Amino acid sequence: MAISTGLALLFGFPLGVLVAHHPAWRRPVLGLANVFQTIPSLALFGLLIPVFGIGAWTAVTALVVYGLLPIVRNTYTGIAGVDAAVREAGRGMGMTDGELLRLVELPLAAGFILAGVRIATVVSVGIATIAAAIGAGGLGVYIFRGVATVDNTLILAGAIPAALLALLADALLGLVERRLVWRQR
Amino acid sequence: MVLEVKDLRYHLPGNGRPLVDGISFSVGAGETLVLLGRSGAGKTTTLKLVNRLLEPSSGDVRVSGTPAHAVEPTELRRRIGYVIQEIGLFPHFTVAANVGLLPRLAQWPRDRIDARVRELLALVGLDAVEFAARFPHQLSGGQRQRVGVARALALDPPLLLLDEPFGALDPITRLELQREFRALATKLGKAALFVTHDVREGLLLGTRIALLDGGRLAFLGTPDDFRASSLPEVRKFMEAA
Repeated sequence: MAISTGLALLFGFPLGVLVAHHPAWRRPVLGLANVFQTIPSLALFGLLIPVFGIGAWTAVTALVVYGLLPIVRNTYTGIAGVDAAVREAGRGMGMTDGELLRLVELPLAAGFILAGVRIATVVSVGIATIAAAIGAGGLGVYIFRGVATVDNTLILAGAIPAALLALLADALLGLVERRLVWRQR
Repeated sequence: MVLEVKDLRYHLPGNGRPLVDGISFSVGAGETLVLLGRSGAGKTTTLKLVNRLLEPSSGDVRVSGTPAHAVEPTELRRRIGYVIQEIGLFPHFTVAANVGLLPRLAQWPRDRIDARVRELLALVGLDAVEFAARFPHQLSGGQRQRVGVARALALDPPLLLLDEPFGALDPITRLELQREFRALATKLGKAALFVTHDVREGLLLGTRIALLDGGRLAFLGTPDDFRASSLPEVRKFMEAA
């Protein structure tokens, strides 16, 4: 799950920046990410299995695909939301595109970007649990086994840690957000 | 001459009508040339052609003798202070960080940046102890605009471009800043290109006035010549004053 969110961030973040700076890319990239997001998770697993086979790699691929949209979209929204006057002042005073991105656009967009990472993480915990259905292992295995054997204890042994994991990841990222993000006080 | 503009033309790609149509002028040290005109006359476009936020279709711009097109745009812009109406202070930077940004990017040592920031804030009439650590949203409109001017002066550029910098201020603050700007421009010996649609502001601040009309230069002369001119474009503006 950490790997997949990391990968989603690795692909999604530059894509978001690209889309924010090159409007022509916006529709295809966001559209594609949207299409992936709309496919139900089990159906996506089904589509990926013929390509990657059964197992953890299929699950990771699916999680990356799901994590992509919130990260791309939020990175784009954050950067696009930077005040035009601020951007023009920066350019007009002689900042390079890189300096503008690093010192102005990204810090101002950080709140949105981290919110996207947070959504992607929480979604991926959920889908990672379902991934047990395709033999990817994980906490979902206990839940599915519990359901199959009508064993509530076993179900909870999978469900409670999975829920806690999602909550914990969300709380941790919330903390990071509070530390990192500039906010008008 | 700090700024020389010769036969400057600009039209949008594919579009016929030029927004700036064969303008020539020059601005020397200590001089403030006011670009006066109605909305859409080409004032802001002219400013942006000078610092290459827009690329001229034809014509020649020289800053301190160097052709503008011969320098990297970012390099050129660091030699030109730029102040716009919306100010565009970086909201996540303190006043000191805003003013000290260009020196920081130019990799000045820390203490030299600090000293420069204090000097600049004093220059625009802000107490460094009180204001350096504040954020832009904790300032009044007039104070923000002072910070904007201080930031533009950070690298001591010979040329300033100002695009209706006092447009959004209340009349009293506005007059205060206009007077201070005039004193500052004279004291520092900067060449300034000042865009406004307010003829009173133009007459107060300009050592010369260039009246733009439909992208063309309709009049160029001193405020006294401007008042005395019988050109219909000029008369229209004088009646509005």
